[in-house]
Amino acid sequence: MGIEQIFAAIPWETIIIQTVNGIVTGMILALIASGLTLIFGIMDVVNFAHGELFMLGAYIGVVVITTSGSFWLALVIATLVVALLGAALQITTLRPLLGRDPLTTILATFGISLVLQNYALWQFGPVARKIQEPFTGYFTLFYLEYPWYRLLIAALSAAIIGAFWLFLKYGKYGVWIRATTQDRVMAQAMGIPVPWVHTGAFAIGAGMAAASGVLFGPLVGVNHAMGLDWILKAFIVVVVGGMGSLGGSIAASIFISLLEAYASIWVSPAQAGIVSFVVLILTLLFRPTGLFVPTPK
Amino acid sequence: MSPDPTPMQPLVAVEDVHTYYGKSHILHGVSLHVERGEVVGLLGRNGVGKSTTLKTIMGLVHPDRGKVLFAGNPITGLPAHKLARRGIGYVPEDRRIFRLLTVMENLRTGLDRNGVTEARKQELLDKAFAYFPVLAERRNQAGGTLSGGEQQMLAIARAMMLEPKIILLDEPTEGLMPRMVSQIRQIIDVLQREGVAILLVEQNVPLTLEASHRIYIMEKGTVRHHCAASDLKVDDAVIHQYLGV
Amino acid sequence: MSKRSATVYWTGFAIILALLIVAPLVLPEFWRRFVTEILIWGLLAMSSDILIGYTGMVSFGHSAFFGLGMYGAAAALLMVRPPNLWLAIVYGLIGSAAIGLFVAYFSTRLRDIYFAITTLIFSQIFYVIIFTWTEVTGGENGLSFRRPPLAIPGLFSAPFTAETLHWFVLAVVTASYLILRRITQSPFGMVLQSIRENEPRTRAIGYAVERYKIVAVMLSALFAGLAGVLYAVQNRFAAPDFVYFLVSGETVIFNVMGGIGTLVGPIVGAGFFLLLREAFSRFFTEYYLIPVGIIFIAMVIFMPQGLLGFMRRWLNR
Repeated sequence: MGIEQIFAAIPWETIIIQTVNGIVTGMILALIASGLTLIFGIMDVVNFAHGELFMLGAYIGVVVITTSGSFWLALVIATLVVALLGAALQITTLRPLLGRDPLTTILATFGISLVLQNYALWQFGPVARKIQEPFTGYFTLFYLEYPWYRLLIAALSAAIIGAFWLFLKYGKYGVWIRATTQDRVMAQAMGIPVPWVHTGAFAIGAGMAAASGVLFGPLVGVNHAMGLDWILKAFIVVVVGGMGSLGGSIAASIFISLLEAYASIWVSPAQAGIVSFVVLILTLLFRPTGLFVPTPK
Repeated sequence: MSPDPTPMQPLVAVEDVHTYYGKSHILHGVSLHVERGEVVGLLGRNGVGKSTTLKTIMGLVHPDRGKVLFAGNPITGLPAHKLARRGIGYVPEDRRIFRLLTVMENLRTGLDRNGVTEARKQELLDKAFAYFPVLAERRNQAGGTLSGGEQQMLAIARAMMLEPKIILLDEPTEGLMPRMVSQIRQIIDVLQREGVAILLVEQNVPLTLEASHRIYIMEKGTVRHHCAASDLKVDDAVIHQYLGV
Repeated sequence: MSKRSATVYWTGFAIILALLIVAPLVLPEFWRRFVTEILIWGLLAMSSDILIGYTGMVSFGHSAFFGLGMYGAAAALLMVRPPNLWLAIVYGLIGSAAIGLFVAYFSTRLRDIYFAITTLIFSQIFYVIIFTWTEVTGGENGLSFRRPPLAIPGLFSAPFTAETLHWFVLAVVTASYLILRRITQSPFGMVLQSIRENEPRTRAIGYAVERYKIVAVMLSALFAGLAGVLYAVQNRFAAPDFVYFLVSGETVIFNVMGGIGTLVGPIVGAGFFLLLREAFSRFFTEYYLIPVGIIFIAMVIFMPQGLLGFMRRWLNR
């Protein structure tokens, strides 16, 4: 086959569409993973319940939209409510475990995830709910009618992450969070109320997960098990991106989502999911500190 | 805010404190005190528990037995961040500045407290930069890029931002060149003139004897000797006994 | 173990064993199955205890070992005529051992949280493979097959009855317990515990920590696979649900509830959890996990040593 023929055989249009899809999914994943990375980086807690916070955010979104009709109100309320819930959970179940074997926090958050999942199942039933997009509207991307809403999700997620990054860099409490993440002991010695910084960070992470839930809601059905798939992907992203590295998890989110989007051109979406697992294994074998972390220390 | 203690009460009092790291019994009944505005030296070989004593006062480690008092009030078991706000500053061994934060941000961690006006914060910053001009030059550089001596100055300046009544200094001259050592010596004097008490742990005996009013010597987790600094000379028998090789 | 302790221990052991032997004769069918299930899950949890309680490695991957034991047995029972019990066991063990090798390799390169998350993800990889490779594994619907007879070639062959199945499971689980107990009390077991207490120091003393970890993972995988085989034989089907990581999570719950590092604790933990599930199902139907989950969280915080934790020293002498 000549070069032109190979060139023609590659489905360029599909690839570009999948690139857009990959970026959209990647940004949602980045938003979820950022919260997870923040929580892990600052208090060494692997938050197994993170997927359920995402799920609860989506459900609260459903409830608010059904009563008020406003998508934006749903986004705000879901974020705030879940942030508060996160703070409450951290204070009641994670603070007593501070300083103990890290296994205990994994177990405690796993227990929380089971309780939250079944609570959602109990309250909302097994049938998936739908969140209406705030606006419909398509533009033509090659042979597809591509919804504007999807681009909005990516933009909003990026905006939220950006705002968070600015807060970390310039905000007064942002400095507290960064200092506590680097050296918890000296942060205390400088008068920073570390237990409350932990609670605050957990709340922020929870809020970010909830926001992703509302944003992602219109794309899929909202049901009690939706957190499970995302939590696994988010874990993979956090490890591949370098545990505790915010920039790394964002890069890894987009990288893995793009690869999966491309893979699903040729295989089924369920099988495309294996891509992230493969990336994880390769990372662990060859660069265990993280693919996107500058130099292994 | 605690009421002013009677003049007879020391600023910091450690009474018969026993501290453990896990199962290791590190402090076997340490008692010492520091008066307002005093410089007190704490000498002893490596591993006798000097740093642990400082950490116990700072609330980073909690004693199993014994009491720690600050301005007459018991502070045993209180978390470190509360003690920092009450006026205890801590400069640990190996400095431990926030490497990924800039010099300014490092200083800010001590400035962001309740009840401090913006004007006062600026005053404190100006003072820090006046004492440590090199920090002013590097104010937007990440802490990890500073040299050892500069990091030491940052660690001390950072503690000063708390407006502490006492600073716990753990081996400030370790690993520093002689020029920096004398700078540290000067800083100790300046702090003392400002009325800040200092509890100084050091391996550098001559500097400690020169700078301190009183000396404690520790061995095996307890205080073995206590006297005025002027009572000791560098080649004293006591020094050889507890610190000699 | 001192003479007196040993007598107490073995007397207790004998009593419990006797109760379990008599159980199928006196209990109604539902509870008979219930006890058999506790034994099987208990074996799974016990295998996990080798890693969590004795070597200090938290694994969320036991659903993979269990599942592959189950599917291995299914393969033997479907592919080889007439269905042979022992072949099922062998196939199942080979299946779980293969996964075990894979996981063991990574266990030596990863610590703590990374290892836990990675094992979790591995079990999910196998779940996806089994779920989507429908031609071989039956996909979502799993595989069903006939129960093999209890047979010793050349001597006798008789189909399992409810009682003999229970006794067979009991025999396997008891033998496994005794073997594992022997191993944990051996010098090898002591090294494992030393690794759990202080890995760097164990390495510094001169032990090849990696080799010990690999063996520990393999052991754990084998007994978990054995539990999978038993489950397949009892229930006559294999389904991907059992490879889902939630099963691993439940296994860890059994361990924590019962007490890690005790070997019997996990069996008690499994029993406790299943009893709670039964009890709460009466009131909460399928939402029993809400109260059970809360109890679990409370135990992690307030009773981390588990139900039998207080006996840990004694049980290990």
